[in-house]
Amino acid sequence: MSAVQLTDIVKQFGTFTAVHRMSLEIPDGGFVTLLGPSGCGKTTTLRMIAGLLDPSEGEIAIGGRRVNEVPIHKRNLGLVFQNYALFPHKSVADNIAFGLRYRNVPQAEAAKRVREALELVQLPDVGDRYPKQLSGGQQQRIALARAIVIEPDVLLLDEPLSALDANLRESMRVELKRIQHRIGVTTVFVTHDQSEALAMSDLIVVMSDGRIEQVGAPEEVYNTPATEFVARFLGASNILDGRVSGADGGELTIEAPAIGAIRVARARAPGLDGAGPAKLVIRAEKLRLAAPGALVDGEVAVDGMVETVDYQGQAARYFVRVGGEQLQAINMIDDHPFAEGEAVSVCLRPRDCAALPGGPQ
Amino acid sequence: MGWNLLRGWTVLVYLFMFLPVAVVMLLSVNASQFGSFPMTGFSLRWFVELANNDAILRAFRTSILLGTLTAIISSTLGVLASLALVRYEVPGRNVISTLLIAPILVPEVVLAVALLLFLNVLQINKSFLLLLMGHVIFTLPFVILVVQARLVSIRRDIEEAAMSLGASPAQTFLQITLPLLAPAVFAGMLFAFTISFDDITGTLFWKPGGVETVPTQIFAMLRNSISPEINALGTVMILLTAGLPLVGMAIARRMASRRGG
Repeated sequence: MSAVQLTDIVKQFGTFTAVHRMSLEIPDGGFVTLLGPSGCGKTTTLRMIAGLLDPSEGEIAIGGRRVNEVPIHKRNLGLVFQNYALFPHKSVADNIAFGLRYRNVPQAEAAKRVREALELVQLPDVGDRYPKQLSGGQQQRIALARAIVIEPDVLLLDEPLSALDANLRESMRVELKRIQHRIGVTTVFVTHDQSEALAMSDLIVVMSDGRIEQVGAPEEVYNTPATEFVARFLGASNILDGRVSGADGGELTIEAPAIGAIRVARARAPGLDGAGPAKLVIRAEKLRLAAPGALVDGEVAVDGMVETVDYQGQAARYFVRVGGEQLQAINMIDDHPFAEGEAVSVCLRPRDCAALPGGPQ
Repeated sequence: MGWNLLRGWTVLVYLFMFLPVAVVMLLSVNASQFGSFPMTGFSLRWFVELANNDAILRAFRTSILLGTLTAIISSTLGVLASLALVRYEVPGRNVISTLLIAPILVPEVVLAVALLLFLNVLQINKSFLLLLMGHVIFTLPFVILVVQARLVSIRRDIEEAAMSLGASPAQTFLQITLPLLAPAVFAGMLFAFTISFDDITGTLFWKPGGVETVPTQIFAMLRNSISPEINALGTVMILLTAGLPLVGMAIARRMASRRGG
């Protein structure tokens, strides 16, 4: 059974449509991420599930029950915000116990659950302190403890890591995933950060302009983008115009002017069925630069010239001119990076390529 | 050189502002029959006479009752109005906000006459209730300004978090919003009380016959003679109106420090 079900949800603000007829099923116990750039409707969607916004059309069900008319305080949800939203006038323990007061939990039981929640977020000794006396990362852990101590049906996380600094964000990411795994609560996570989404989710929902672009497991979304938007938004991709020049049982042959004919597995080209315009998608880290002539078995190679080098320490990002196209390649640096103006061989394995339907040409 | 000039000026400005106050306080403990220099000796006799003067005691009681009621009504209305204006999409929000603040901008005399004429048209007689209403009208803007500023700084997501945890909107207000708003409400009440306690212009217009507040009582006494009792009364007023906010601030600071700054 799905924990949360959205059916034909529309949200309009005046004449602006923030969410266009969206349907989504969130599986029980899953960690589902709504991923997209700002303004894509992901936070609006989360707020509708929470009950902070009413959908203009459509139905929201939690645990199989329609909740459109249920106000937020009766939905039994855990909500964590970007800016922690702790109650500044209450101690940490009182913050966490807040939700238990409205659930008729006896005092002794409540104290025990608060203690357990503090242990779960690995801050057992801060119960007597006030939120202001804690660091940002600690405050966010308390906010998480406060949200899960009520044993919510669904945990909703609205960019909970974006206010933290980079190092802390990565350790909190691991921590958050550990806690979610431990208690097994269905979680909806909103972020614009693709690495957070890829690292944490069971399922990623990529959104743009109020519409769902793709729903899939992290690897699926990363390796087989369903739309050009997904290909461009996740990671760095080369997207080349071409056409389908041949098809057989398991593979499509796609002809792209810059690199010639490439055979792509049908499984990596779900939107294509036969002849016509197509787009070839190759991840930047799947393009290997080599000295001219050095070819490995099973690779396709084309000649190119390095135009720009963006040195990143362990890796470098190259912009390489190949025919009329500029390709992006991210390679680990072995000895020293290629220099600007150097002639290189750009190698790729056909099985690393994916294909999308081309535009109407 | 330039700094010394500035320092000198500053001292002069302060002297100009506070010397009269100091003189009043000094003369209130003068033993002499006449409220003037030179002082003849230290005495608290004018304070004792003050305490035995029925008219003044009555005025004091009126002023304190009036100030307290004004503070309570003004802050209640002010909190409700601020909530509506800040938290809800009220149509014509800007117009309402401006109208509520307007009494500060209109000269008090104009406001006083306007209210009086308005009630005349309605054929309502002057009463204590009318006086109270007048005081509420011109203390309300101060409360609203203070409370609104504080309310804007209370993040909406704190209230949303409380509701997500199971608190109804009313419980959220009582448990979260009001406690966070308390320092502003408290400050607003002090403002309202001291403004009401000090007011004379509006009060002269609105007070029914036989009712005197402390300022109108002083005004009446001054018309007959300048008694040293007035100096004593002035001293009491100064201590009260300057002391209340100081005590209030001290309480607010203690409340804040208990929650860890």
